[in-house]
Amino acid sequence: MFGKSDVIPGRRLTLGITLTFVSLFLFIPLASFVLFASGMGLEKFFAAVTDWRNVHAYGVSFFCALAAGLINSLFGLIIAWVLVRYDFRGKKIMDALIDLPFALPTAVAGIALTTLYAQNGLLGKFFYSVGIESAFSPMGITIALIFVGIPFVARSVQPVLKELDPQLEEAANLFGAGNWTIFSKIIFPELLPPLLTGFALAFARGIGEYGSVVFIAGNMPYETEIAPLMIMTKLEQFDYQSAAAIAIVMMILSLSILLGIHGWQSRQLKRIGGVVGA
Amino acid sequence: MFKFKKWAKVFLTAGLIFSASVISGCGGSDSATTSDGKKEFLNVSYDPTRELYAAYNEKFHEHWTKELGKSDVTLTQSHGGSGKQARAVIEGLEADVVTLALAYDVIEIKNAGLIQDGWQNEFPDNSSPYTSTIVFLVRKGNPKNIRDWDDLIRDDVDIITPNPKTSGGAQWNYLAAWEFAKRKFNGDESQIRDFMKKLFGNVVVLDSGARGATTSFVQRGQGDVLIAWENEALLSKKGAPDDYEIVTPSLSILAEPSVAVVDKIVDKKGTRELAEEYIRYLYSPAGQEIAAQNFYRPRDKEILAKYADTFKPLTLFTIDEAFGGWVKAHEHFTDGGSFDRIYQK
Amino acid sequence: MREPIWLKRTLIFLAASFLFVMLIMPLLLVAKEALSKGVDFYFKALTDEFALKALYLTIEATISAVVLNTIFGLASAWLLTKFDFRGKTFLGSLIDLPFAISPVIAGLFFIMLFGRLSPLYPLLQEYDVAIVFAVPAIILATVFVTFPFITRELVPVMENQGRSEEEAAATMGANGWTIFRRVTLPNIKWALGYGIILCSARALGEFGAVSVVSGHIRGKTNTLPLHIEILYNEYNFTAAFAVASVLVFLAIIVLILRNLVERANKNPVEEEIPTDDKNSSELKAGVAHG
Repeated sequence: MFGKSDVIPGRRLTLGITLTFVSLFLFIPLASFVLFASGMGLEKFFAAVTDWRNVHAYGVSFFCALAAGLINSLFGLIIAWVLVRYDFRGKKIMDALIDLPFALPTAVAGIALTTLYAQNGLLGKFFYSVGIESAFSPMGITIALIFVGIPFVARSVQPVLKELDPQLEEAANLFGAGNWTIFSKIIFPELLPPLLTGFALAFARGIGEYGSVVFIAGNMPYETEIAPLMIMTKLEQFDYQSAAAIAIVMMILSLSILLGIHGWQSRQLKRIGGVVGA
Repeated sequence: MFKFKKWAKVFLTAGLIFSASVISGCGGSDSATTSDGKKEFLNVSYDPTRELYAAYNEKFHEHWTKELGKSDVTLTQSHGGSGKQARAVIEGLEADVVTLALAYDVIEIKNAGLIQDGWQNEFPDNSSPYTSTIVFLVRKGNPKNIRDWDDLIRDDVDIITPNPKTSGGAQWNYLAAWEFAKRKFNGDESQIRDFMKKLFGNVVVLDSGARGATTSFVQRGQGDVLIAWENEALLSKKGAPDDYEIVTPSLSILAEPSVAVVDKIVDKKGTRELAEEYIRYLYSPAGQEIAAQNFYRPRDKEILAKYADTFKPLTLFTIDEAFGGWVKAHEHFTDGGSFDRIYQK
Repeated sequence: MREPIWLKRTLIFLAASFLFVMLIMPLLLVAKEALSKGVDFYFKALTDEFALKALYLTIEATISAVVLNTIFGLASAWLLTKFDFRGKTFLGSLIDLPFAISPVIAGLFFIMLFGRLSPLYPLLQEYDVAIVFAVPAIILATVFVTFPFITRELVPVMENQGRSEEEAAATMGANGWTIFRRVTLPNIKWALGYGIILCSARALGEFGAVSVVSGHIRGKTNTLPLHIEILYNEYNFTAAFAVASVLVFLAIIVLILRNLVERANKNPVEEEIPTDDKNSSELKAGVAHG
């Protein structure tokens, strides 16, 4: 791959830096972990992976992360739209606030959310009075995951929405296309890739989230036990290998989602590129 | 235009700070001494002993430097779930002594080769200088009229307890309930299992640690009863004497938190004398007094009598009597053990 | 697209109320709890010896993560967008991997690599280098969880921008450094700044991974988030929230800095354009001006 002469310089340098970092910070730690887990043998691996309680925990993590990802997609899209297209008081503040979930330690978020949504909390009072258990339930887990995932979709969509060529919309408007048609036929297809990226990131983050969830989950076996908690449980029992097995399943799950999105996007890019090229 | 030079300077400075900090981080890794030449000493303990060891370290520091006239030392402490702390020591956290919730956690460190065999006979009373037990914390006036373990399986009772799989303290809870049922049903396995199943069926939040469970009960208002360490229950009651009552069941377990010198580490760091004195002093009247003040039952009879108001007498059994030691008792919590079977459909 | 006023208002209302319930209320709660024992108690909690040490360690880890990730982010984004090679998609996904890994597991990676159970451990012992349960592991864990942030921000922008400008510059004989400085950097500065902000925000608050590798030694290996957990577990809720409010405050400072940087570099022409039509590309303006 070095045979071809590039017009732009820096291939070797950037490749070198990138590979050094990737191996130092990602690959070697990951490999040592996989190597360690592989010591247990396939039989034990599968026993740990297919244990019904663990399977149930993946399920809880998966569906709560999915629900949180979808809710964040909807609101993330609205937030990005509002921030890019409209002018209103407090816009700057709203724009700045979105990143805060990143900076707040997950444990603090978990504690604050549990305080709010527990039966005696400010918002919990309302939910429990209408018969919804907003804490110590799958809904509680979803709330925590929504919190940690807020920035992903909004921040993925925002820049793309900003770069959209207004001429297309104006043209469509001239031809008498309605708002909904313009949105669904012209704008939305452009926003779909960043929306999916944002969703995938929020989803992947949600599957692995531990710090904020343990406080609000209730942690009941077969009900509100999340997969990261199962890992912690195995570790507490000094069962490193089962912990590693569950971790590997979760990694594969999230990674395949991210890979799927990447693959889909690069195909999309190629298609668009092809049209332009023709 | 983008002022690149300014940014480059920022990055350069930051880079220098970074490399300096990494170097200083590595340089400071000689964990036996601090920069001012003082010896550093680490006690790795579990969550509910924070206040106890904060007070004890102060007292011991005085004892070590003033009474014994030894060279100055920095006493540090680390707290977390008991199992997690034991794991950290196995994974390389350089603890001079461990003071953990269960003998089983110390046994795991021993199995990793860091502590010598026979550690439990190294100090008096099974190397357990203070004890505790399991009691019930209920809301003021005991509205659900909870008196004993029997009441916990009633349909109208909501229970808070931590998960025995992630919390050392909760293993005491579980074993106490199990022994109660065993005596009640004359050892009939299926009835005991039924009892445990009903009890855990009433659990509304299964927190991962003892302190989390107390928070769920106290701060979030979850549940009617908290099954807790006596020291935690007393601490909660001290914080809000008008909100809670402590109920002592007819039978409970003698919880014996274990202490040990981590032989490998103290020999490497040269802190054996200090570590042994640190633990021995826990058994002295001064150490026992501090334990009692922090709601742990002292081994010293005189000091226990002095705090008789705090520590109500109740029938206690030991792990060795009821389960034949920790290694056996721990089988309840292994994968597929009796605790897991409660939740199997 | 000119949507009716009611739709506009509904959308703003929806966005604002969502953020209010999910974001602002928890933050207000933190503030309220932090001040519940008065201002004196608040400042006492903040100036506590261990809180200050934890703050120092947190800042050290954050700066390290930002510096390392900036170098990596620029290199990898350049590589991913300016060249074609086999395995590019794979590399892109690999860089995203830390997003897919639970921070708790990330912490375990380093325990397995440098801890007592690792084959490397005897070697580290020999040279008396402590990595796990000491500052280096905290930095490593922080770098790991923030690994993709800057690359993720740079790649889409550089992708959009294409290669023609760099190619033109290269043909005219500019060297790599000049091309980067004169052509690329002006176009990506916004994204780079934003990536740095995300990275530092995340590094400030990282809890799970650091918790695994830290050892929780007071005054030595506790970062601010860990210090908060300790205070909380000591039932010292007010102090816990007080320290938490510092993190919120730090994050807000970082966000304000971003706004200042953005404003300072803003094209004056652009400011005259009403925000509604602002979507005409900032990039073009930036290029024309530069």
